Amino acid sequence: MTSRLRIVNGKVHDPANGIDGAVRDICIEDGRIVESVPEDTPHIDAAGMVVMPGGIDIHCHIAGPKVNLARKLQPEDHRRDPHPGTAFTRSGTGGTVPSTFATGYRYATLGYTTAMEAAVTPIGARHTLEELHDTPVIDKGFYVLLGNNIFLHRLLKEGQYEEFRQAVAWWLNSTKAYTTKLVNPGGDEPWKGRRNTNVSDIDEKSDVFDISPRQIIEAFVRTVAELRLPHPPHIHCNNLGHSGNYRTTLETMRTAGDQRLHIAHIQFHSYGGVPGKNPESRAAEIAEYINSHPNITCDVGQVMFGKSTIMTADAPLAYMLRGISKNKWVNADTECESGCGIVPFSYQEHVFVHALQWAIGLELFLLSEDPWRIILSTDHPNGGSFMSYPKLIRLLMDREFRREETGKVNRKAMHKCRLMDLDREYTLNEIAIITRAGPARALGLAHKGHLGPGADADITIYEEQEDRELMFSAPRYLIKSGKTIIRDHEFTHDHTGRLLHVAPAYDEDIAGTVRTFFEDYYSIEFENYAVNDHYLHDHEIVPTS
Amino acid sequence: MSENIQIVKNATCTFCGCVCDDMELTVDLDQKKITKAKNACVLGRAWFAEHGVSEGPAAAIDGREVPIEEAVEEAARVLARARFPITYGLSDTTCEAQRQAVAISDIIQGNVDTTTSVCHGPSGIAFQGVGESTMTLGEVKNRADFVMYWGGNPAESHPRHFTRYAVTPKGMYIPNGKKDRTVVLVDVRKTPSTPVADIFLLVKPGRDFELLWALRALVKGRRINPGIEAITGVSLETLTDLVERMKNCRYGVLFFGMGLTMTRGRHFNSGALLALATDLNEYTHFVAKPVRGHGNVTGADNVVSWQTGYPFGVNFSRGYPRFNPGEFTTVDTLSRGEADAALIVASDPASNFPRAATEHLRRIPVITLDTKQTETTNLSHVVFTTATYGINTAGTVYRMDDVPITLRKAFDSPYPTDEEILTAIRKRVHELVLARRVATGARGEAKVAQRQPV
Amino acid sequence: MTPSNSDLEHFVAETMILIPGRSSKQGTSLNKGKLKEEYLEVTSTVEMNPDDMARLNLQDGDPVRLSNATGEAIVRCKGRKPGELPAGVLFIAYGPPSSRLMASDTAGSGMPLSKQMEVRVEKADGSPAGNAETRLPNE
Repeated sequence: MTSRLRIVNGKVHDPANGIDGAVRDICIEDGRIVESVPEDTPHIDAAGMVVMPGGIDIHCHIAGPKVNLARKLQPEDHRRDPHPGTAFTRSGTGGTVPSTFATGYRYATLGYTTAMEAAVTPIGARHTLEELHDTPVIDKGFYVLLGNNIFLHRLLKEGQYEEFRQAVAWWLNSTKAYTTKLVNPGGDEPWKGRRNTNVSDIDEKSDVFDISPRQIIEAFVRTVAELRLPHPPHIHCNNLGHSGNYRTTLETMRTAGDQRLHIAHIQFHSYGGVPGKNPESRAAEIAEYINSHPNITCDVGQVMFGKSTIMTADAPLAYMLRGISKNKWVNADTECESGCGIVPFSYQEHVFVHALQWAIGLELFLLSEDPWRIILSTDHPNGGSFMSYPKLIRLLMDREFRREETGKVNRKAMHKCRLMDLDREYTLNEIAIITRAGPARALGLAHKGHLGPGADADITIYEEQEDRELMFSAPRYLIKSGKTIIRDHEFTHDHTGRLLHVAPAYDEDIAGTVRTFFEDYYSIEFENYAVNDHYLHDHEIVPTS
Repeated sequence: MSENIQIVKNATCTFCGCVCDDMELTVDLDQKKITKAKNACVLGRAWFAEHGVSEGPAAAIDGREVPIEEAVEEAARVLARARFPITYGLSDTTCEAQRQAVAISDIIQGNVDTTTSVCHGPSGIAFQGVGESTMTLGEVKNRADFVMYWGGNPAESHPRHFTRYAVTPKGMYIPNGKKDRTVVLVDVRKTPSTPVADIFLLVKPGRDFELLWALRALVKGRRINPGIEAITGVSLETLTDLVERMKNCRYGVLFFGMGLTMTRGRHFNSGALLALATDLNEYTHFVAKPVRGHGNVTGADNVVSWQTGYPFGVNFSRGYPRFNPGEFTTVDTLSRGEADAALIVASDPASNFPRAATEHLRRIPVITLDTKQTETTNLSHVVFTTATYGINTAGTVYRMDDVPITLRKAFDSPYPTDEEILTAIRKRVHELVLARRVATGARGEAKVAQRQPV
Repeated sequence: MTPSNSDLEHFVAETMILIPGRSSKQGTSLNKGKLKEEYLEVTSTVEMNPDDMARLNLQDGDPVRLSNATGEAIVRCKGRKPGELPAGVLFIAYGPPSSRLMASDTAGSGMPLSKQMEVRVEKADGSPAGNAETRLPNE
């Protein structure tokens, strides 16, 4: 049976199709946007409201082994934020690491319809897929951690580039991932095998594998380009959080040449100053490079004051932060693949470094000349919860509000950066780009992030309000895959979204090469490693271009 | 033995938390039996040999065989009308079934708890306080040159732990296997595990906490009174030597068991051990891991955690999950006589719980799902005999180190799976609860799009 | 007049520490069925230090009463080799008999004290039978 809907009288913001606030009808049929629908189609009267594509979170941590450890770790964070169930929605708990049902419903209540889990080990992919299946409403995907994969490092060390490419493709298929993720490439082995040390220079060669982080990055940039994946390698650069690390970030971007590369939570990688001493802002230098290099996309990783949870595959980083906060700490080594560190955290206005981090993120947004490529994120929950996105949007759109907030934070930090000089206010159109159209394009999702015919009918309708935080925290309607999930601020349906993944072609022979390594060094059977289709449920293979 | 034989490779044994996935099963499809389990230990061989097709009716009410639909209806009726229904067990079934059980508990606004609460629940509580430095088992094989077992007897409870994962195997940086490792065992008695150890510490019962705390102090460079020997049974000299080995190893691992969680101190013992492993990271790379008992208790922890935020002892009576060990854990909800109905899945509390708890279990309507007859099925109002996971079903389980593995079916069973029964109960319970809300005029919806605290 | 040795035998009881735990045989017999003979036998056997047994006038296979404030169980005893089980420590494969000695107070942790229970140990009269037939005093 065909299901149809028409949205009338709303002010449409569809930057991908050049529509900036015009009043237009949006027609929906069977989960897609279409040119037209019959006259008698039921309609939603969106007069006085703003209509946008559903939001897309390009980098968050919401599902999988690492996330679940962080969930289990903090009952105190859940206690203060219950999520009651309703007649047809499941209950849960919130805080900075919400339970899976709460995660999905809360993204929906912000008007988001797609989210990408940013870091999953191959051996844990099954777990992530199970959790994503219990994360309602949103479409989803994940990035698979391959940057510290020992087998791949060995291939690179031996100069076996062709096998490397086949193996990467095999791993993407075997895990049902969306792209390759690199976290502190080269830093895993010194952490686990060299008494908790780390790599600090992009050209530092490890004594075990005789390859440098730069060589690892180059190999992935090249391979992913050759595989023609919709989204490039997604990288958490070396030296996250250290003063002076902006040089590592620039070198990482330079390594890509003119090939595509996505830099994750780039705010944490934009610091000047001397290692060991207070950081300085290098937002201008970083923004300048991105502005002038169209092959680079990034998400900001904005810090928002309040509670956060550090959860990262960058295990040495988490340990260092734990030394500062003296808090409970989780470290989880994954054989042959990755590390992980978790530390509860909070950012406070009066602390110099935190205030500077907050400012640097805002500087990056305000200095950006291309909102398509400097995308909104808080690296949820590392910089702050995704529930803080409405407040962040207000900070970007409302100069007065930003000034007020600047007045509340550490004064010394404000004098060490340019934030107070930046007057820019983001328009609704630009917000639609950094939260919808931009991430869709960076992800290569042709049917998302816009409202033209053929697009997925993922649509958010906000009541236009002067207080932008209020506006973006409570859409009046949310339509997902053509179904009205939220009507008049209330849930009317439950829904399970689709898994988005890639399936690049590869030579079957590579499996045999991986198997030999596997049998020696893994602790499960090779035949039980790859994820079978039972875990896919509703899914879509996004084609290579 | 018939001619109709099938070999199932890479099957998984779910008897203990080792979850060995290298089983090669010889299956007699006519007789519906596993006649050989290559690579299985003595416990695994018994597991596979003794789980043929279940016996008895698929569904019974008060001992009388009934159609499954009727039993589902009665189970749903009992659970939906109870004021404090509890769900317990879940560690010997698939994640797919566990997810249904938590859903039921959410819908009926009851209690959900797993065997974790009487196993490594205290370690979970310690985890929430202290955190944990840990690893997957392949890291032990590849890297560990120092392996310590505290309060456990793997030779009898997890027979392949030494040989498949932690002591014997050769690994990437451990080319000579056991010869490259120092193995230490701490226990209150000698067991068949003791001969495996290079160093054995006989600790006085109930003094693990003092011993762990002394080790922590020595790691941090504090002075310890030689009187520690009278308290713990272990000399200061032995402890000092041990700490030197721990600080100087390249990759140290601390496994621990019920000797810590079930004794005086409980979660304080687990916490002391986890803190010790964390402290050692100032000197070298050190990890710890609780050795889990049942095949999918780790799966239960994971499922309950991702669906509710808390690992066990969860209550939904206010419409959202709350967590409180001692209040919502099952020994307590039964011993204090609070539960007024129980759904028991793949577990036998009537055998292993304290008397106050088992007596109460006899007073309330109990619905049980199990593959065999037990003390618990004997006292139950509704009993579902179900197929055995990993033998008659596929599905997902989690090994003790959180590695998720997909089971392979050996042979079909005419009995339904736990997942099928629980799904049917869930659907019916949802209908009953919705009907009641409409009847009483309670608002089903809640305003959800509102400003949330950040 | 001094009491004869046979008179004294009735009054020898000591407090020891009981450790219920897993054993290989318990694991294999569990699979056969928890209501079957083998499992009942395995979980009704308490291992003792040989010196302790001598002091209590016990031979391998004798019935022994284990009791505390929570309840009691009558099980059969079996000696370990010297040096394996310290004096005053008992081991039993956990099951219904050991569970009868387990108090329900979890001290707010959810976990009852399931190991290191203090129990009174004495030679029992009559046959121990399986746990299914052993009843507590007030039942």
